[in-house]
Amino acid sequence: MKKGILNNDRFFRYGVYALLILISIIILYPLYYVLIASVTDPAVVGSGKMLLFPKELYLEGYRQMVKYTPLWRGYMNTVLQTVIGTTIAIGITIPAGYALSRRDLPGRRKIMFLFTFTMFFNGGLIPMYLTVRKVGIYDSIWGVILPVALSVYNLIVCRSFFESSLPEELLDAAKIDGCSDFGYFFWIGIPLAKTIIAVLCLFYATGFWNQFFYPLMFLGSEDKMPLQVVIRNLILLNQSKAASSIGRSAIEGAKMAQQLKYCVVVASAAPLLAVYPFLQKYFARGITIGAVKG
Amino acid sequence: MKKKRNLKKILRSWQLYVLLLPAAVWIIVFAYYPMYGLLIAFKDFKIREGIISSPWAEPLFKHFAQFFQTSIAVTAIKNTVVLSLLSLFITFPIPIIFALLLNQVKNGKIRKAVQTISYAPYFLSSVIIISIISLLFSTEGLINNIITSLGGKAIFFTSLAEWFRPLYIGSGIWQSMGFNAVIYIAALLSISPDYYEAATLDGASIFQKIKYIEIPLLMPTIILMLILTVGNIMNVGYEKAYLMQNGTNTMVSELISTYVYKAGLQSAQYSFATAVGLFNSVVNFIILLLSNAIAKRFSDISIF
Repeated sequence: MKKGILNNDRFFRYGVYALLILISIIILYPLYYVLIASVTDPAVVGSGKMLLFPKELYLEGYRQMVKYTPLWRGYMNTVLQTVIGTTIAIGITIPAGYALSRRDLPGRRKIMFLFTFTMFFNGGLIPMYLTVRKVGIYDSIWGVILPVALSVYNLIVCRSFFESSLPEELLDAAKIDGCSDFGYFFWIGIPLAKTIIAVLCLFYATGFWNQFFYPLMFLGSEDKMPLQVVIRNLILLNQSKAASSIGRSAIEGAKMAQQLKYCVVVASAAPLLAVYPFLQKYFARGITIGAVKG
Repeated sequence: MKKKRNLKKILRSWQLYVLLLPAAVWIIVFAYYPMYGLLIAFKDFKIREGIISSPWAEPLFKHFAQFFQTSIAVTAIKNTVVLSLLSLFITFPIPIIFALLLNQVKNGKIRKAVQTISYAPYFLSSVIIISIISLLFSTEGLINNIITSLGGKAIFFTSLAEWFRPLYIGSGIWQSMGFNAVIYIAALLSISPDYYEAATLDGASIFQKIKYIEIPLLMPTIILMLILTVGNIMNVGYEKAYLMQNGTNTMVSELISTYVYKAGLQSAQYSFATAVGLFNSVVNFIILLLSNAIAKRFSDISIF
Protein backbone atom coordinates (compact mmCIF):
# COMPACT_ATOMS: atom_id res chain seq x y z
CA MET A 1 0.00 0.00 0.00
CA LYS A 2 2.79 2.39 0.84
CA LYS A 3 4.76 3.26 -2.20
CA GLY A 4 6.85 6.08 -3.43
CA ILE A 5 9.50 8.19 -1.84
CA LEU A 6 7.02 10.36 0.06
CA ASN A 7 6.02 7.39 2.17
CA ASN A 8 9.58 6.50 3.09
CA ASP A 9 9.80 8.08 6.52
CA ARG A 10 13.55 8.41 6.51
CA PHE A 11 13.71 10.20 3.19
CA PHE A 12 10.71 12.25 4.11
CA ARG A 13 12.38 13.45 7.26
CA TYR A 14 15.60 14.31 5.41
CA GLY A 15 13.54 16.25 2.92
CA VAL A 16 11.81 18.18 5.69
CA TYR A 17 15.09 19.14 7.32
CA ALA A 18 16.65 20.11 4.01
CA LEU A 19 13.71 22.36 3.18
CA LEU A 20 13.71 24.00 6.59
CA ILE A 21 17.43 24.72 6.35
CA LEU A 22 16.89 26.19 2.90
CA ILE A 23 14.01 28.36 4.16
CA SER A 24 16.09 29.61 7.07
CA ILE A 25 18.93 30.56 4.75
CA ILE A 26 16.60 32.37 2.36
CA ILE A 27 15.17 34.36 5.23
CA LEU A 28 18.40 35.18 6.99
CA TYR A 29 20.83 35.68 4.16
CA PRO A 30 19.49 38.98 2.77
CA LEU A 31 19.58 40.47 6.27
CA TYR A 32 23.07 39.12 6.86
CA TYR A 33 24.23 40.38 3.48
CA VAL A 34 23.03 43.90 4.23
CA LEU A 35 24.86 43.75 7.55
CA ILE A 36 28.20 42.68 6.12
CA ALA A 37 27.84 45.07 3.17
CA SER A 38 27.51 47.90 5.66
CA VAL A 39 31.05 47.32 6.93
CA THR A 40 32.78 46.28 3.71
CA ASP A 41 34.46 48.46 1.12
CA PRO A 42 31.68 49.36 -1.36
CA ALA A 43 34.00 48.61 -4.27
CA VAL A 44 34.30 45.00 -3.06
CA VAL A 45 30.54 44.76 -2.50
CA GLY A 46 29.87 46.12 -5.98
CA SER A 47 32.25 43.65 -7.57
CA GLY A 48 30.33 40.73 -6.08
CA LYS A 49 33.34 39.29 -4.28
CA MET A 50 31.78 39.54 -0.86
CA LEU A 51 29.34 36.74 -0.21
CA LEU A 52 29.87 35.14 3.17
CA PHE A 53 32.18 37.31 5.25
CA PRO A 54 32.94 41.01 5.41
CA LYS A 55 36.04 41.84 3.44
CA GLU A 56 38.22 44.95 3.57
CA LEU A 57 36.65 46.54 6.61
CA TYR A 58 35.46 50.02 5.74
CA LEU A 59 33.45 52.02 8.24
CA GLU A 60 33.17 55.31 6.39
CA GLY A 61 29.45 54.67 5.85
CA TYR A 62 28.74 54.61 9.55
CA ARG A 63 30.92 57.67 10.11
CA GLN A 64 28.96 59.47 7.44
CA MET A 65 25.70 58.28 8.95
CA VAL A 66 26.57 59.61 12.39
CA LYS A 67 27.17 63.02 10.86
CA TYR A 68 23.98 63.07 8.80
CA THR A 69 21.61 65.13 10.96
CA PRO A 70 18.30 64.55 9.11
CA LEU A 71 18.64 60.87 9.88
CA TRP A 72 19.08 61.45 13.59
CA ARG A 73 16.26 63.90 13.68
CA GLY A 74 14.15 61.20 12.02
CA TYR A 75 15.36 58.70 14.58
CA MET A 76 14.43 60.99 17.44
CA ASN A 77 10.99 61.61 15.95
CA THR A 78 10.42 57.89 15.52
CA VAL A 79 11.50 57.08 19.06
CA LEU A 80 9.22 59.80 20.40
CA GLN A 81 6.26 58.70 18.26
CA THR A 82 6.80 55.07 19.22
CA VAL A 83 7.07 55.68 22.96
CA ILE A 84 4.16 58.11 23.25
CA GLY A 85 2.05 56.22 20.72
CA THR A 86 2.52 52.83 22.36
CA THR A 87 1.77 54.22 25.80
CA ILE A 88 -1.48 55.80 24.63
CA ALA A 89 -2.46 52.73 22.63
CA ILE A 90 -1.95 50.46 25.62
CA GLY A 91 -3.86 52.91 27.81
CA ILE A 92 -6.83 52.69 25.45
CA THR A 93 -6.70 49.01 24.54
CA ILE A 94 -6.23 47.29 27.91
CA PRO A 95 -9.17 48.89 29.79
CA ALA A 96 -11.47 48.52 26.78
CA GLY A 97 -10.36 44.93 26.24
CA TYR A 98 -11.13 44.19 29.87
CA ALA A 99 -14.56 45.85 29.80
CA LEU A 100 -15.51 43.97 26.64
CA SER A 101 -14.38 40.68 28.18
CA ARG A 102 -17.01 41.03 30.92
CA ARG A 103 -20.00 38.90 30.00
CA ASP A 104 -22.22 40.98 32.28
CA LEU A 105 -21.49 44.21 30.39
CA PRO A 106 -24.88 45.39 29.12
CA GLY A 107 -24.88 45.74 25.33
CA ARG A 108 -21.62 43.86 24.98
CA ARG A 109 -22.44 42.16 21.68
CA LYS A 110 -23.67 45.33 20.05
CA ILE A 111 -20.65 47.33 21.17
CA MET A 112 -18.36 44.57 19.97
CA PHE A 113 -20.03 44.64 16.58
CA LEU A 114 -19.47 48.39 16.29
CA PHE A 115 -15.77 47.78 16.82
CA THR A 116 -15.44 44.71 14.60
CA PHE A 117 -17.31 46.32 11.73
CA THR A 118 -14.58 48.93 11.33
CA MET A 119 -12.07 46.18 10.62
CA PHE A 120 -13.87 45.33 7.41
CA PHE A 121 -15.19 48.66 6.31
CA ASN A 122 -13.67 52.07 6.77
CA GLY A 123 -13.72 55.57 5.43
CA GLY A 124 -10.45 55.22 3.60
CA LEU A 125 -7.59 57.53 2.88
CA ILE A 126 -9.18 60.86 2.00
CA PRO A 127 -11.87 60.96 4.72
CA MET A 128 -9.15 60.05 7.23
CA TYR A 129 -7.03 62.91 5.96
CA LEU A 130 -9.97 65.31 6.29
CA THR A 131 -10.65 64.01 9.80
CA VAL A 132 -7.06 64.65 10.84
CA ARG A 133 -7.33 68.21 9.52
CA LYS A 134 -10.71 68.74 11.14
CA VAL A 135 -9.53 67.53 14.56
CA GLY A 136 -6.67 69.99 14.27
CA ILE A 137 -3.79 67.56 14.57
CA TYR A 138 -2.46 67.90 11.03
CA ASP A 139 1.30 68.42 10.95
CA SER A 140 1.76 67.59 14.61
CA ILE A 141 3.00 64.44 16.30
CA TRP A 142 -0.63 63.68 17.29
CA GLY A 143 -1.53 63.49 13.63
CA VAL A 144 0.52 60.34 13.24
CA ILE A 145 -0.27 58.88 16.68
CA LEU A 146 -4.00 59.30 17.30
CA PRO A 147 -5.34 57.88 14.00
CA VAL A 148 -3.57 54.60 14.80
CA ALA A 149 -3.84 54.72 18.60
CA LEU A 150 -6.20 51.76 18.60
CA SER A 151 -6.13 48.63 16.51
CA VAL A 152 -9.39 46.74 16.67
CA TYR A 153 -7.53 43.54 15.98
CA ASN A 154 -5.37 44.11 19.06
CA LEU A 155 -8.48 44.96 21.04
CA ILE A 156 -10.00 41.60 20.15
CA VAL A 157 -6.79 39.82 21.09
CA CYS A 158 -6.83 41.63 24.42
CA ARG A 159 -10.49 40.87 25.10
CA SER A 160 -9.97 37.18 24.33
CA PHE A 161 -6.99 37.12 26.65
CA PHE A 162 -9.02 38.44 29.58
CA GLU A 163 -11.89 36.10 28.76
CA SER A 164 -9.65 33.08 28.92
CA SER A 165 -7.42 34.07 31.82
CA LEU A 166 -9.83 35.55 34.36
CA PRO A 167 -12.23 32.90 35.66
CA GLU A 168 -15.73 34.13 36.39
CA GLU A 169 -15.71 32.57 39.86
CA LEU A 170 -12.90 34.94 40.78
CA LEU A 171 -15.04 37.92 39.84
CA ASP A 172 -18.00 36.57 41.78
CA ALA A 173 -15.86 36.02 44.85
CA ALA A 174 -14.36 39.49 44.61
CA LYS A 175 -17.82 41.02 44.24
CA ILE A 176 -19.03 39.30 47.38
CA ASP A 177 -16.07 40.88 49.15
CA GLY A 178 -17.31 44.26 47.93
CA CYS A 179 -14.74 44.79 45.19
CA SER A 180 -15.73 47.40 42.60
CA ASP A 181 -15.20 46.98 38.85
CA PHE A 182 -12.34 49.47 38.96
CA GLY A 183 -10.78 47.67 41.89
CA TYR A 184 -11.06 44.30 40.19
CA PHE A 185 -9.54 45.64 36.97
CA PHE A 186 -6.63 47.41 38.65
CA TRP A 187 -5.79 44.92 41.40
CA ILE A 188 -6.56 41.60 39.74
CA GLY A 189 -6.92 42.21 36.00
CA ILE A 190 -3.78 44.23 35.28
CA PRO A 191 -1.36 42.12 37.36
CA LEU A 192 -2.54 39.04 35.46
CA ALA A 193 -2.28 40.79 32.12
CA LYS A 194 1.50 41.10 31.90
CA THR A 195 1.67 38.71 28.95
CA ILE A 196 -0.90 40.54 26.91
CA ILE A 197 0.62 43.91 27.75
CA ALA A 198 3.99 42.67 26.49
CA VAL A 199 2.45 41.34 23.27
CA LEU A 200 0.49 44.49 22.58
CA CYS A 201 3.50 46.69 23.31
CA LEU A 202 5.45 44.75 20.71
CA PHE A 203 2.66 44.94 18.11
CA TYR A 204 1.93 48.61 18.64
CA ALA A 205 5.59 49.62 18.91
CA THR A 206 6.38 47.80 15.66
CA GLY A 207 3.48 49.59 14.00
CA PHE A 208 4.58 53.02 15.19
CA TRP A 209 8.24 52.38 14.44
CA ASN A 210 7.45 51.31 10.88
CA GLN A 211 4.88 53.97 10.03
CA PHE A 212 5.47 55.50 6.65
CA PHE A 213 2.29 56.47 4.84
CA TYR A 214 0.46 58.40 7.54
CA PRO A 215 3.48 60.57 8.38
CA LEU A 216 3.89 61.25 4.67
CA MET A 217 0.25 62.33 4.48
CA PHE A 218 -0.39 63.91 7.85
CA LEU A 219 2.87 65.74 8.48
CA GLY A 220 3.74 68.77 6.42
CA SER A 221 7.09 69.80 7.76
CA GLU A 222 10.30 68.04 6.91
CA ASP A 223 11.70 68.25 10.44
CA LYS A 224 8.86 66.20 11.94
CA MET A 225 9.26 63.27 9.57
CA PRO A 226 10.08 59.92 11.17
CA LEU A 227 12.92 57.59 10.27
CA GLN A 228 11.02 55.64 7.59
CA VAL A 229 10.37 58.74 5.51
CA VAL A 230 14.01 59.85 5.84
CA ILE A 231 15.17 56.39 4.79
CA ARG A 232 12.83 56.38 1.83
CA ASN A 233 14.28 59.69 0.69
CA LEU A 234 17.84 58.49 1.19
CA ILE A 235 17.58 55.10 -0.45
CA LEU A 236 14.68 55.06 -2.84
CA LEU A 237 14.79 58.68 -3.93
CA ASN A 238 18.56 58.49 -3.92
CA GLN A 239 19.24 61.48 -1.71
CA SER A 240 22.18 59.57 -0.31
CA LYS A 241 24.22 60.89 -3.22
CA ALA A 242 23.71 64.45 -2.14
CA ALA A 243 24.24 63.53 1.50
CA SER A 244 27.59 61.93 0.92
CA SER A 245 29.11 63.96 -1.86
CA ILE A 246 29.84 67.00 0.28
CA GLY A 247 33.59 67.56 0.27
CA ARG A 248 34.31 64.46 -1.80
CA SER A 249 35.18 63.63 -5.36
CA ALA A 250 32.35 62.30 -7.52
CA ILE A 251 33.62 58.70 -7.43
CA GLU A 252 34.29 58.76 -3.73
CA GLY A 253 30.83 60.28 -3.20
CA ALA A 254 29.02 57.63 -5.22
CA LYS A 255 30.89 54.90 -3.37
CA MET A 256 29.92 56.40 -0.04
CA ALA A 257 26.33 56.86 -1.12
CA GLN A 258 26.00 53.15 -1.79
CA GLN A 259 27.44 52.11 1.56
CA LEU A 260 25.43 54.68 3.46
CA LYS A 261 22.29 52.91 2.21
CA TYR A 262 23.31 49.62 3.78
CA CYS A 263 24.22 51.34 7.04
CA VAL A 264 20.88 53.10 7.24
CA VAL A 265 18.94 49.87 6.74
CA VAL A 266 20.91 48.28 9.57
CA ALA A 267 20.35 51.24 11.87
CA SER A 268 16.61 51.18 11.30
CA ALA A 269 16.03 47.44 11.49
CA ALA A 270 18.39 46.67 14.37
CA PRO A 271 16.29 47.81 17.35
CA LEU A 272 13.24 45.69 16.47
CA LEU A 273 15.28 42.68 15.42
CA ALA A 274 17.17 42.88 18.70
CA VAL A 275 14.02 42.96 20.82
CA TYR A 276 11.54 40.55 19.25
CA PRO A 277 13.30 37.24 20.04
CA PHE A 278 12.84 37.96 23.74
CA LEU A 279 9.15 38.61 23.36
CA GLN A 280 8.32 35.88 20.91
CA LYS A 281 7.02 33.34 23.39
CA TYR A 282 4.47 35.93 24.40
CA PHE A 283 3.38 37.03 20.99
CA ALA A 284 2.88 33.51 19.66
CA ARG A 285 0.37 33.16 22.47
CA GLY A 286 -1.15 36.53 21.73
CA ILE A 287 -1.82 35.78 18.08
CA THR A 288 -3.23 32.38 18.87
CA ILE A 289 -5.70 33.64 21.44
CA GLY A 290 -6.81 36.48 19.21
CA ALA A 291 -7.30 34.45 16.10
CA VAL A 292 -8.96 31.44 17.64
CA LYS A 293 -11.56 33.34 19.55
CA GLY A 294 -11.81 36.45 17.38
CA MET B 1 -40.60 47.18 34.09
CA LYS B 2 -37.98 45.42 31.99
CA LYS B 3 -36.62 48.70 30.73
CA LYS B 4 -36.20 49.92 34.27
CA ARG B 5 -34.25 46.82 35.20
CA ASN B 6 -32.00 47.25 32.16
CA LEU B 7 -31.33 50.83 33.07
CA LYS B 8 -30.40 49.77 36.56
CA LYS B 9 -28.00 47.19 35.17
CA ILE B 10 -26.41 49.79 32.93
CA LEU B 11 -26.04 52.24 35.78
CA ARG B 12 -24.51 49.57 37.96
CA SER B 13 -21.87 48.88 35.30
CA TRP B 14 -20.87 52.52 34.92
CA GLN B 15 -17.28 51.77 35.85
CA LEU B 16 -16.97 49.33 32.96
CA TYR B 17 -18.25 52.01 30.59
CA VAL B 18 -15.64 54.39 31.93
CA LEU B 19 -12.96 51.84 31.06
CA LEU B 20 -14.46 51.58 27.60
CA LEU B 21 -14.76 55.33 27.10
CA PRO B 22 -11.35 56.16 25.52
CA ALA B 23 -11.78 53.40 22.96
CA ALA B 24 -15.33 54.51 22.24
CA VAL B 25 -14.22 58.10 21.67
CA TRP B 26 -11.48 56.86 19.40
CA ILE B 27 -13.76 54.72 17.29
CA ILE B 28 -16.22 57.56 16.85
CA VAL B 29 -13.59 60.09 15.85
CA PHE B 30 -11.22 57.95 13.80
CA ALA B 31 -13.49 55.25 12.38
CA TYR B 32 -17.09 56.46 12.22
CA TYR B 33 -16.48 60.12 11.52
CA PRO B 34 -14.35 59.20 8.46
CA MET B 35 -17.21 56.94 7.35
CA TYR B 36 -19.50 59.94 7.53
CA GLY B 37 -16.85 61.71 5.48
CA LEU B 38 -17.54 59.24 2.68
CA LEU B 39 -20.49 61.48 1.86
CA ILE B 40 -18.13 63.72 -0.07
CA ALA B 41 -17.93 61.03 -2.73
CA PHE B 42 -21.42 62.23 -3.66
CA LYS B 43 -20.67 65.92 -3.30
CA ASP B 44 -18.50 68.56 -4.89
CA PHE B 45 -16.46 68.93 -1.76
CA LYS B 46 -14.59 72.09 -0.97
CA ILE B 47 -12.42 72.16 2.13
CA ARG B 48 -13.58 75.63 3.10
CA GLU B 49 -17.26 74.78 3.00
CA GLY B 50 -17.00 71.53 4.90
CA ILE B 51 -18.87 68.28 4.38
CA ILE B 52 -22.39 69.54 5.09
CA SER B 53 -22.40 72.76 3.11
CA SER B 54 -20.61 71.51 0.02
CA PRO B 55 -23.12 71.08 -2.82
CA TRP B 56 -24.31 67.64 -3.93
CA ALA B 57 -22.69 66.34 -7.06
CA GLU B 58 -24.85 66.40 -10.15
CA PRO B 59 -25.56 63.72 -11.07
CA LEU B 60 -25.01 62.05 -7.73
CA PHE B 61 -22.63 59.44 -9.10
CA LYS B 62 -20.66 61.93 -11.13
CA HIS B 63 -17.30 61.10 -9.55
CA PHE B 64 -17.80 57.38 -9.92
CA ALA B 65 -18.73 57.83 -13.56
CA GLN B 66 -15.69 60.03 -14.03
CA PHE B 67 -13.45 57.31 -12.64
CA PHE B 68 -14.77 54.71 -15.03
CA GLN B 69 -14.20 57.04 -17.94
CA THR B 70 -10.51 57.39 -17.21
CA SER B 71 -8.16 54.95 -18.88
CA ILE B 72 -6.42 54.44 -15.56
CA ALA B 73 -9.55 52.90 -14.01
CA VAL B 74 -9.35 49.68 -15.97
CA THR B 75 -5.61 49.43 -15.38
CA ALA B 76 -5.87 50.09 -11.64
CA ILE B 77 -8.76 47.67 -11.13
CA LYS B 78 -7.05 44.99 -13.15
CA ASN B 79 -3.73 45.45 -11.34
CA THR B 80 -5.42 45.33 -7.94
CA VAL B 81 -7.34 42.16 -8.78
CA VAL B 82 -4.37 40.41 -10.38
CA LEU B 83 -2.05 41.26 -7.52
CA SER B 84 -4.60 40.13 -4.90
CA LEU B 85 -5.35 36.88 -6.68
CA LEU B 86 -1.66 36.13 -7.10
CA SER B 87 -1.12 36.86 -3.40
CA LEU B 88 -4.05 34.65 -2.51
CA PHE B 89 -3.02 31.65 -4.58
CA ILE B 90 0.72 31.84 -4.06
CA THR B 91 1.15 33.48 -0.67
CA PHE B 92 -1.71 31.91 1.26
CA PRO B 93 -0.73 28.20 1.16
CA ILE B 94 2.94 28.73 1.99
CA PRO B 95 2.61 29.36 5.76
CA ILE B 96 0.49 26.20 5.98
CA ILE B 97 3.20 24.14 4.32
CA PHE B 98 5.83 25.75 6.50
CA ALA B 99 3.83 24.93 9.64
CA LEU B 100 3.44 21.30 8.54
CA LEU B 101 7.17 21.03 7.89
CA LEU B 102 8.09 22.64 11.18
CA ASN B 103 5.70 20.38 13.03
CA GLN B 104 7.82 17.42 11.96
CA VAL B 105 10.80 18.75 13.91
CA LYS B 106 10.61 17.17 17.32
CA ASN B 107 13.82 18.71 18.65
CA GLY B 108 12.64 21.73 20.66
CA LYS B 109 15.76 23.83 20.18
CA ILE B 110 15.95 23.49 16.41
CA ARG B 111 12.24 24.08 16.15
CA LYS B 112 12.42 27.25 18.16
CA ALA B 113 15.46 28.51 16.28
CA VAL B 114 13.83 28.03 12.88
CA GLN B 115 10.63 29.64 14.09
CA THR B 116 12.44 32.65 15.54
CA ILE B 117 14.32 33.13 12.28
CA SER B 118 11.11 32.88 10.31
CA TYR B 119 9.41 35.81 12.05
CA ALA B 120 12.34 38.21 11.74
CA PRO B 121 11.30 39.91 8.49
CA TYR B 122 7.81 40.54 9.83
CA PHE B 123 9.18 43.31 12.03
CA LEU B 124 10.71 45.22 9.14
CA SER B 125 8.88 48.16 7.60
CA SER B 126 7.79 48.30 3.97
CA VAL B 127 10.39 50.99 3.45
CA ILE B 128 13.14 48.69 4.69
CA ILE B 129 11.85 45.72 2.67
CA ILE B 130 11.77 47.75 -0.53
CA SER B 131 15.16 49.25 0.30
CA ILE B 132 16.62 45.79 0.70
CA ILE B 133 15.08 44.78 -2.62
CA SER B 134 16.51 47.83 -4.30
CA LEU B 135 19.95 47.11 -2.84
CA LEU B 136 20.00 43.39 -3.68
CA PHE B 137 18.35 43.60 -7.08
CA SER B 138 19.93 46.77 -8.47
CA THR B 139 22.25 46.49 -11.45
CA GLU B 140 25.26 46.41 -9.15
CA GLY B 141 23.52 44.44 -6.41
CA LEU B 142 24.07 40.91 -5.20
CA ILE B 143 21.68 39.13 -7.57
CA ASN B 144 23.00 40.78 -10.70
CA ASN B 145 26.57 40.14 -9.56
CA ILE B 146 25.75 36.46 -9.38
CA ILE B 147 24.01 36.54 -12.76
CA THR B 148 26.92 38.30 -14.47
CA SER B 149 29.53 36.10 -12.83
CA LEU B 150 27.69 33.08 -14.23
CA GLY B 151 28.00 34.68 -17.63
CA GLY B 152 24.49 36.11 -17.83
CA LYS B 153 23.39 39.64 -18.58
CA ALA B 154 22.35 42.01 -15.79
CA ILE B 155 18.57 42.41 -15.47
CA PHE B 156 16.91 45.67 -14.47
CA PHE B 157 14.72 44.00 -11.85
CA THR B 158 13.60 47.12 -10.04
CA SER B 159 12.54 49.09 -13.09
CA LEU B 160 11.17 46.46 -15.47
CA ALA B 161 7.40 46.13 -15.35
CA GLU B 162 7.44 42.33 -15.64
CA TRP B 163 9.49 42.03 -12.45
CA PHE B 164 7.16 44.11 -10.32
CA ARG B 165 4.76 41.29 -9.45
CA PRO B 166 7.37 38.61 -8.75
CA LEU B 167 9.26 40.99 -6.46
CA TYR B 168 6.07 42.15 -4.76
CA ILE B 169 4.77 38.62 -4.14
CA GLY B 170 8.19 37.16 -3.34
CA SER B 171 9.02 39.80 -0.76
CA GLY B 172 5.54 39.37 0.73
CA ILE B 173 6.13 35.67 1.23
CA TRP B 174 9.59 36.33 2.62
CA GLN B 175 8.22 38.83 5.08
CA SER B 176 5.06 37.19 6.36
CA MET B 177 5.44 33.44 6.01
CA GLY B 178 6.76 32.83 9.53
CA PHE B 179 4.31 35.13 11.21
CA ASN B 180 1.29 33.79 9.37
CA ALA B 181 2.36 30.26 10.22
CA VAL B 182 2.07 30.88 13.97
CA ILE B 183 -1.63 30.16 14.06
CA TYR B 184 -1.30 26.91 12.10
CA ILE B 185 1.58 25.81 14.28
CA ALA B 186 -0.56 26.36 17.36
CA ALA B 187 -3.43 24.42 15.80
CA LEU B 188 -1.10 21.52 14.96
CA LEU B 189 0.22 21.43 18.52
CA SER B 190 -3.28 20.98 19.83
CA ILE B 191 -3.91 17.77 17.87
CA SER B 192 -4.36 14.91 20.30
CA PRO B 193 -1.52 12.34 20.34
CA ASP B 194 -4.15 9.58 20.19
CA TYR B 195 -4.61 10.14 16.47
CA TYR B 196 -0.92 9.68 15.82
CA GLU B 197 -0.72 6.57 18.00
CA ALA B 198 -3.63 4.97 16.23
CA ALA B 199 -2.11 5.84 12.85
CA THR B 200 1.27 4.42 13.86
CA LEU B 201 -0.38 1.17 14.92
CA ASP B 202 -1.94 1.00 11.48
CA GLY B 203 1.50 1.47 9.97
CA ALA B 204 0.93 4.91 8.50
CA SER B 205 3.90 6.83 7.14
CA ILE B 206 4.65 10.40 8.20
CA PHE B 207 3.34 11.64 4.89
CA GLN B 208 0.08 9.76 5.40
CA LYS B 209 -0.28 11.20 8.88
CA ILE B 210 0.07 14.69 7.44
CA LYS B 211 -2.41 13.93 4.69
CA TYR B 212 -5.05 12.11 6.71
CA ILE B 213 -4.71 13.63 10.19
CA GLU B 214 -3.03 17.02 10.16
CA ILE B 215 -4.49 18.62 7.04
CA PRO B 216 -8.10 17.64 7.83
CA LEU B 217 -7.74 18.88 11.40
CA LEU B 218 -6.19 22.13 10.19
CA MET B 219 -9.11 22.74 7.82
CA PRO B 220 -11.24 24.88 10.17
CA THR B 221 -8.27 27.19 10.83
CA ILE B 222 -7.43 27.31 7.15
CA ILE B 223 -11.00 28.24 6.20
CA LEU B 224 -11.15 30.93 8.88
CA MET B 225 -7.90 32.47 7.67
CA LEU B 226 -9.09 32.17 4.09
CA ILE B 227 -12.26 34.16 4.83
CA LEU B 228 -10.19 36.85 6.54
CA THR B 229 -7.73 36.95 3.64
CA VAL B 230 -10.42 37.03 0.98
CA GLY B 231 -12.23 39.69 3.02
CA ASN B 232 -9.23 41.93 2.62
CA ILE B 233 -8.56 41.04 -0.95
CA MET B 234 -8.95 44.51 -2.41
CA ASN B 235 -6.79 46.03 0.31
CA VAL B 236 -3.47 44.84 -1.07
CA GLY B 237 -0.57 46.56 0.63
CA TYR B 238 -0.50 49.87 -1.18
CA GLU B 239 2.45 51.10 0.83
CA LYS B 240 4.73 48.57 -0.82
CA ALA B 241 3.29 49.13 -4.27
CA TYR B 242 3.67 52.88 -3.88
CA LEU B 243 7.28 52.52 -2.75
CA MET B 244 8.10 50.19 -5.64
CA GLN B 245 6.53 52.46 -8.22
CA ASN B 246 8.66 54.17 -10.80
CA GLY B 247 8.12 55.69 -14.21
CA THR B 248 8.53 52.41 -16.05
CA ASN B 249 6.32 50.07 -14.04
CA THR B 250 3.17 52.09 -13.33
CA MET B 251 1.22 50.09 -15.90
CA VAL B 252 1.36 47.13 -13.50
CA SER B 253 2.07 48.83 -10.16
CA GLU B 254 -0.75 51.40 -10.18
CA LEU B 255 -3.38 50.04 -7.80
CA ILE B 256 -6.74 51.55 -6.91
CA SER B 257 -5.31 52.60 -3.55
CA THR B 258 -2.15 54.21 -4.91
CA TYR B 259 -4.31 56.02 -7.42
CA VAL B 260 -6.57 57.28 -4.62
CA TYR B 261 -3.53 58.72 -2.86
CA LYS B 262 -2.27 60.46 -5.94
CA ALA B 263 -5.61 61.81 -7.09
CA GLY B 264 -6.68 62.82 -3.61
CA LEU B 265 -3.66 64.18 -1.87
CA GLN B 266 -1.23 65.03 -4.61
CA SER B 267 -3.75 66.73 -6.85
CA ALA B 268 -6.41 67.58 -4.23
CA GLN B 269 -9.40 66.02 -6.03
CA TYR B 270 -10.96 65.02 -2.71
CA SER B 271 -14.43 64.02 -3.87
CA PHE B 272 -13.16 62.09 -6.85
CA ALA B 273 -10.53 60.19 -4.84
CA THR B 274 -13.04 59.40 -2.10
CA ALA B 275 -15.41 57.97 -4.69
CA VAL B 276 -12.65 55.74 -6.05
CA GLY B 277 -11.75 54.60 -2.55
CA LEU B 278 -15.39 53.95 -1.69
CA PHE B 279 -15.83 51.86 -4.79
CA ASN B 280 -12.86 49.78 -3.65
CA SER B 281 -14.19 49.36 -0.09
CA VAL B 282 -17.67 48.39 -1.24
CA VAL B 283 -16.39 45.77 -3.65
CA ASN B 284 -14.15 44.45 -0.90
CA PHE B 285 -16.98 44.31 1.59
CA ILE B 286 -19.26 42.46 -0.82
CA ILE B 287 -16.53 39.88 -1.44
CA LEU B 288 -16.14 39.46 2.32
CA LEU B 289 -19.85 38.86 2.84
CA LEU B 290 -19.95 36.41 -0.05
CA SER B 291 -16.97 34.40 1.12
CA ASN B 292 -18.35 34.37 4.64
CA ALA B 293 -21.70 33.11 3.40
CA ILE B 294 -20.12 30.43 1.24
CA ALA B 295 -17.93 29.22 4.09
CA LYS B 296 -20.91 29.16 6.44
CA ARG B 297 -22.93 27.12 4.01
CA PHE B 298 -20.29 24.49 3.36
CA SER B 299 -18.38 24.27 6.59
CA ASP B 300 -20.26 25.96 9.43
CA ILE B 301 -17.33 28.30 9.91
CA SER B 302 -17.87 32.02 9.70
CA ILE B 303 -16.69 35.25 11.19
CA PHE B 304 -20.11 36.84 11.54
